[in-house]
Amino acid sequence: MSGKAVTSKECVAVVGVGQTKHVAARADVSIAGLCREAAVRALEDAELTWADIDAVVIGKAPDFFEGVMMPELYLADALGAVGKPMLRVHTAGSVGGSTALVAANLVAARVHRTVLTLAFEKQSESNAMWGLSLPVPFQQPLLAGAGGFFAPHVRAYMRRTGAPDAIGSLVAYKDRRNALKNPYAHLHEHDLTLEKVQASPMLWDPIRYSETCPSSDGACAMVLTDRTGAARAPRPPAWVHGGAMRSEPTLFAGKDFVSPQAGRDCAADVYRQAGITDPRREIDAVEMYVPFSWYEPMWLENLGFAEEGEGWKLTEAGVTELDGDLPVNPSGGVLSTNPIGASGMIRFAEAALQVRGEAGEHQVDGARRALGHAYGGGAQFFSMWLVGDTPPTG
Amino acid sequence: MTPHRPDREVAIVAFAQSDHRRRTDDLSEVEMVMPVLHDVLRQTGLRTSDIDFTCSGSSDYLAGRAFSFTMALDGVGAWPPISESHVETDGAWALYEAWVKLLTGEADTALVYSYGKSSPGSVRDVLTRQLDPYYLAPLWPDSVALAALQAQALVDVGATDEPALAAIATRSRADATANAHAQLPGARPQGEYVVRPLRTGDCPPIGDGVAAVILAVGDRARELCARPAWIRGMDHRIEAHSLGVRDLTDSPSTRLAAERAGAFEAPVDTAELHAPFTSQEVVLRRALDLDESVRVNPSGGALAANPVMAAGLIRLGEAAARIHRGDSDRALAHATSGPCLQQNLVAVLEGEPHVR
Repeated sequence: MSGKAVTSKECVAVVGVGQTKHVAARADVSIAGLCREAAVRALEDAELTWADIDAVVIGKAPDFFEGVMMPELYLADALGAVGKPMLRVHTAGSVGGSTALVAANLVAARVHRTVLTLAFEKQSESNAMWGLSLPVPFQQPLLAGAGGFFAPHVRAYMRRTGAPDAIGSLVAYKDRRNALKNPYAHLHEHDLTLEKVQASPMLWDPIRYSETCPSSDGACAMVLTDRTGAARAPRPPAWVHGGAMRSEPTLFAGKDFVSPQAGRDCAADVYRQAGITDPRREIDAVEMYVPFSWYEPMWLENLGFAEEGEGWKLTEAGVTELDGDLPVNPSGGVLSTNPIGASGMIRFAEAALQVRGEAGEHQVDGARRALGHAYGGGAQFFSMWLVGDTPPTG
Repeated sequence: MTPHRPDREVAIVAFAQSDHRRRTDDLSEVEMVMPVLHDVLRQTGLRTSDIDFTCSGSSDYLAGRAFSFTMALDGVGAWPPISESHVETDGAWALYEAWVKLLTGEADTALVYSYGKSSPGSVRDVLTRQLDPYYLAPLWPDSVALAALQAQALVDVGATDEPALAAIATRSRADATANAHAQLPGARPQGEYVVRPLRTGDCPPIGDGVAAVILAVGDRARELCARPAWIRGMDHRIEAHSLGVRDLTDSPSTRLAAERAGAFEAPVDTAELHAPFTSQEVVLRRALDLDESVRVNPSGGALAANPVMAAGLIRLGEAAARIHRGDSDRALAHATSGPCLQQNLVAVLEGEPHVR
């Protein structure tokens, strides 16, 4: 949509972020209890009450994961939505990001001033593996077991670029160490070493056990508001400078699974909106959707941080380490925490925390612009936003 | 509450739907969706590449598999990649998401579609899975039983009686004879009780179907449609989930959504109400203050065709189509989601004054 005359949009600010401590099973709370915990923390961060919220936008991955059809109906009470608009988004694994973008659009369009957005997954209520394994005759199933679907594409990346075998384990070791600095992260593996990652069992060659994401129970919430709301915020807001979604079919001849066109187009749209011409230099931190470690170098290329075939070199050189030149997943990322439907929103929220200077021990010094990234389906759905520490100009 | 006045003019410029059928075993979701998408695009002369934003509504639980919407996307032709989103609910909410997108100025045209195949399973059982998973869903109260609870509450307060409900059924299905897509047109017996006080005739048909609309802004809409159906306002509201804390004879969420959409600022001549059960039309008429002068559900409504997840979007499409044809100047369209009208959406559509 480049070159289109754009009417003046309202600026959108993130003024509250809340997460649950992500764990394998939250047997102590219901689905509603889990969601409310994150929502209350986001409200507390923004120093707002339920009465300040004009609308609620929620997202999660397939309803089969908990066995509840359209759970927004049951969650209306717990999320203070009674009497308010409540919208439910579902765009597969990218849903956490898409949900935040739909909420941001409500503010940008001046339909509402302050919106609560939340994404969750309580995977312990059911079994995600079986939730994905319901093929219909005569249709291509999504090839259940995400590792089985993605491993061949990792192998294709290795072949195409000549990346050494050790890159994947470097990513996993980095993200798991970053997670130790994030109190909300699911996996806190204090005794993990690079050797232990490399010695972990091979699950889907070339993906090892320690290079895969966990299954988590967790929720993430944000409070989004306009300029007026941001002026009243108790802590620094994160400003949305660009946001976009792109989709392409799951399977078709000519699809590039290593670097899907939809991902490249989505990033280009976000950079155009945000006025970014050199992402490698102009972006200070990236929260990237990396469910299998090899996706870090792959997405570094897809998102324009490295030339084609060069992504692994950034990883190998330590550029993506927490103290590197372009920190990727300072929070520990999806490799350390994966409540599927919430994972995208956590990326978006962690990007916001970075530019607000509120990321605690995993704060990237001086982060002024950060990218939140999510993808889903068979690498077919993408959603991204770029946030900054000052309002967009123009 | 003051109505929300959108800054940008947005209109529904085209509407298409499938023939609604009891079963479509011969069709995949993609095969079901594609002809309707082609139809709605043909009406405007647009191609997929001309559409700035696409949004769909559906439910995995009807298909009985996760990520069912990812396959339907193939029917759109998402290559090169498109700007696209999906809501796991009735397509009316997908239209709402698209409307908001157009209001931001980031898009000038949008394609909205939704579909539901109820035939692969038992929809009465499937819909029980919408309920509170800890306290209510384990009891498997089905959608007809819950609607009957609401109907009985209405009878108890004297808001309706069985003959009045039967009259709604008769009127709806008689009107549906003019709707080539309807599943149950024409005179039908009220039949036996399904769950008292609801008889077969008070309940919607179970069926499979698809709907699609195209939205456009300002002069783009005027280029694409001789008489665009301008969305003057649109809002939706949700109520508490537990039936025990709601007054089932009223629909405060519908009334509030209508106020915010500006429905009460001037009379409407047409109302397309998403009322799958006869008794729900009684609730909605009361909430919306509709008198006998308003033409309610000239399409036959959800009593004549109720493809779950598309029936709400069809109400918006049918209301818009009446404006396109010049049969209406100001119409109200309503969609619902959840048990006993828990969540409700209202849109006000207007045609520009007739030039005579």
